[in-house]
Amino acid sequence: MTREVMEYDVVIVGGGPSGLATAIKLKQLNSEINVCVLEKGAEIGSHILSGNVFETRALDELIPNWKELNSPVKTKVTKEKFLFLGKKKSLSWPTWLLPKVQQNHKNYIISLANLCRWLAEQAEALGVEIFPGFPASEVLYNEDGSVKGVVTQDMGLDKKGERKDSYEPGMELHAKVTVFSEGCRGHLGKNLIKKFDLSNGKNPQQYGIGFKEIWKLDEKNHQEGLVMHTAGWPLDNNTYGGSFIYHAENKEVYLGYVIGLDYKNPHLSPFDEFQRFKTHPAISKMLSGGKRISYGARALIEGGIQSLPRMYMPGALLIGCDAGTLNMPKIKGSHTAMKSGLIAAETIFEHLNDKKDLSIYEEKFKKSWVYEELYAARNVKPSFSWGLILGIIFTGIDQILFRGKLPFTLKHKHADHETLKPANEMPVIEYPKPDNVLTFDKTSSVYLTGTNHEDNQPVHLKLKDAELPIKYNLEKYDEPAQRYCPAGVYEVQIENEVPKFVINAQNCIHCKTCDIKEPSQNITWVTPEGSGGPKYGNM
Amino acid sequence: MKILVAVKRVIDYNVQIRVKDDGTGVVTDNVKMSTNPPDDNAIEEAVKIKESGKAKEVVAITIGDDKAQETVRKALAVGADRGIHVKVEGIIEPLAVSKILKKIVEKESPDLVFMGKQAIDDDCNQTGQMLAAILNWPQATFASKIDVKEKSLEVTREIDEGLETIEVNIPAIVTCDLRLNEPRYASLPNIMKAKKKPLEQLNASDLGVDTKARIEQIKVEEPPKRKAGIKVASVSELVQKLKNEAKVI
Repeated sequence: MTREVMEYDVVIVGGGPSGLATAIKLKQLNSEINVCVLEKGAEIGSHILSGNVFETRALDELIPNWKELNSPVKTKVTKEKFLFLGKKKSLSWPTWLLPKVQQNHKNYIISLANLCRWLAEQAEALGVEIFPGFPASEVLYNEDGSVKGVVTQDMGLDKKGERKDSYEPGMELHAKVTVFSEGCRGHLGKNLIKKFDLSNGKNPQQYGIGFKEIWKLDEKNHQEGLVMHTAGWPLDNNTYGGSFIYHAENKEVYLGYVIGLDYKNPHLSPFDEFQRFKTHPAISKMLSGGKRISYGARALIEGGIQSLPRMYMPGALLIGCDAGTLNMPKIKGSHTAMKSGLIAAETIFEHLNDKKDLSIYEEKFKKSWVYEELYAARNVKPSFSWGLILGIIFTGIDQILFRGKLPFTLKHKHADHETLKPANEMPVIEYPKPDNVLTFDKTSSVYLTGTNHEDNQPVHLKLKDAELPIKYNLEKYDEPAQRYCPAGVYEVQIENEVPKFVINAQNCIHCKTCDIKEPSQNITWVTPEGSGGPKYGNM
Repeated sequence: MKILVAVKRVIDYNVQIRVKDDGTGVVTDNVKMSTNPPDDNAIEEAVKIKESGKAKEVVAITIGDDKAQETVRKALAVGADRGIHVKVEGIIEPLAVSKILKKIVEKESPDLVFMGKQAIDDDCNQTGQMLAAILNWPQATFASKIDVKEKSLEVTREIDEGLETIEVNIPAIVTCDLRLNEPRYASLPNIMKAKKKPLEQLNASDLGVDTKARIEQIKVEEPPKRKAGIKVASVSELVQKLKNEAKVI
C-alpha cells in the first residue's frame, strides 16, 4: 500500500510550548520556511496539563509584545507561602528563607493549555500549518539512517487491527528537519533516544507523576495571585513529592500534587495520596464550599542536566521535555521548554541556510540561560534520595549558600522502574474511602477529563509479555499498575477465582506513567487513533 | 441533484457540561467544541449519495459566530463541495434557524435538505420540522436508511413499534439519526484540500431574517444529584420502601 506523501521544510511533532515556540521562531526568522505541527489531541491544548506558575523569560524573547496581544498570561503572583505539613498541623516557612529559584514574585499564574492555544493562533497567523487530531505514530528514516520524517496514525482499524469501512491510511510527512516535542516520555522520542544512543554517558532519566484539579472556590477562600507549595504529609520521609496550590483568575484554584516515580512501596497509590492530601485542615478549609471542576494527570521529567540526552541526531532534534528540560527545584518547565524550542529554530535556520550541522544545537544550548539554570539546579533532586529532611538541609546549603555552584554533581543511581521493593517487604497503605466532597474515586475523576477513545480500535497499551502482570507482578508487587495509573486503566479482576489482568484503554489520559514505572518495562504506550484521549479545558 | 446540509457547532459530546454560576447558561469558555454528531451523519449520507452518482453537489451550511466556520471546514474535508457561513452572534432559536435556512434554500434551490435529527446542546428537535412547514415541503425525520428513487426518497425511520418506511417526494427535508451510517474520518490531505474550497460568508441581518428570541429563558440549573442506593434485607422491606418512601407502587 502506498501512502500519500507531503514534503515540508520542518515537521514538528507535538503542539506544546516547545514545539509551538519552534514553529513561531522559524517563521520569524524566515517566513518562507514551511512548517507543519502535528498534535495528537483533538485540538491544541487538549492534552496539555501543567501547574502552572510561568516565568516569561522565553516568551519575552519570542513575542516581546505578548501583553498587547491579549495573551492568557494575566494573573501576576502577589503572595507566596510554603508549608510543611504534619498530619494535622502545618508550619509556614518564611519565603525569604526559600532558595531564590523558588521565589515567584515576577511570575504569572497561567493555564498552559490556554497559553498553547494562544501560541497556536500566533503560529497560524504566521503561516504555520497545525493539524490537531493527527498523532505521529512512527519515525521514517532515510537510507543513510538519518530521520526522514514521520507517519501519521492509520485511522479506522478495528480491535484486531483489521481495516474497517472507514479506514484511512496514515500519511507520510517528510522534512529536511523533524523536531520531536512530544513532552515527557514521548513514544517516538523514547525510540530515538535508544536508536541513536542519545543517553550514552548520562544518568537514567527520573520522572514524577503530577496530578491537577481545578476547583471553583467560595469567594471568601480565594486570593487571586496567591501561590502556595507544601511538602511533608501525606508522604513519608522517603517519598519525594509535594503539592502546589495556585489561586488563578475567575475564583479558580489550580491544585495539584507531584510524586517522584522513584517511590519504593508498591502499595503506594499516587492518586490516593493526592486525594488524601486535600483532607489536611490547611487545605480542606480552603476548599470548603468549593467545587471540583477539572481533573487530570501527566508524567513529568525530574532528571535535570545529569539525565538530559543529546538533543540532536541526523535529520532531527529532540526538545522540551521529550528530552527533559524541566527545572525541578524551580518546579517549572514551560520557559525552559520554550527556550529549547527557540534554540531549535535558530539551529534549523542556520542548518537550512548555511548548511551547518544540527550538532550546533549543543553549543547553542550550552551557552544559553537554560543550561545555566539546569546546571545550578542539578543537585537538588538527587539529594532527596537521602530523604525529605536531609534533602531540604542539603538543598538549603546548595541553593542558598552556594547558589548551585558546589564543585560536584550528585548522580541519579536508578531508573524509576527499578526502585519498587517486593510487596511483602513494604507496609500496606490503607487509604480512606472517597467522601465525594473533597475526595473522589478514579472513575468520577476520569469522567471530568472528557476522555474517550473510539471503542473498536487496537489497544494502545501494549504488553510485551501478556502473562507477566498476573504471573510475576501480582505475586511480587501486588500488580502496582492498579495503583500508579491515575485513570484506573489497569485492573486485576477475579473471575472464577482466577485473577485476570484487564486494560481499560479507553480511559487512558495519556500520562505515560505505566510506560515509565512498570517494573519490567512490560508496558509500551503507543499512539491511539487521532483525537483520542483527554479533552482538557484550561489545564 | 443538489443537497444542502445544515451543520451546527456544539460542545463536544465527551465534555462534561457545567452550568454557569449565575444560571444564565452553560460554560463554553475553554471547552472543546465539535460538529453536532447526527449532523456528521447527515453530511456523510449526502456525500455517499453524491459518490453514487445520484447527486451533483453537496453544500454545507452553518449558522453561528466566526468559530462555527470550523464546522463547515470539517464538512468540506469529508466531501462537501462548498460551504456557507451565516454569521450570527449568540444563541438563536430553531424558528430563526429555519427562517435563515429557508432564505438559503430559496437562493440555492437544493433538491434535498439534510440535517441531524436534533442538536445535542439544546435537544430541540424542531428545525427540520419547522423548515418543512415554512417551505411547505415533505419531511422525513429520524432517518436510519435513505434510498434515493427517481423523484422521491424511501426513508426508513425508527419508531417505538419498530421500523417504519415512508416515501417522500423530492424536494424534501430529511433529519438524520445516528444509525444512518458511520461518518468517515477527515484525512490529512483532505483537510488541506478543504482549506481551498469556497466558503461564502453572509450576515443573518442581510438576509432580512428576524433572529430575535421568542422564548424567555428563566434559569439553567444542574439536575439534582442522585442519592446513594441502600441495601434492603428482604423482599417485604423492599416492597415497604417502594410503597412508603419512594411512593412508586
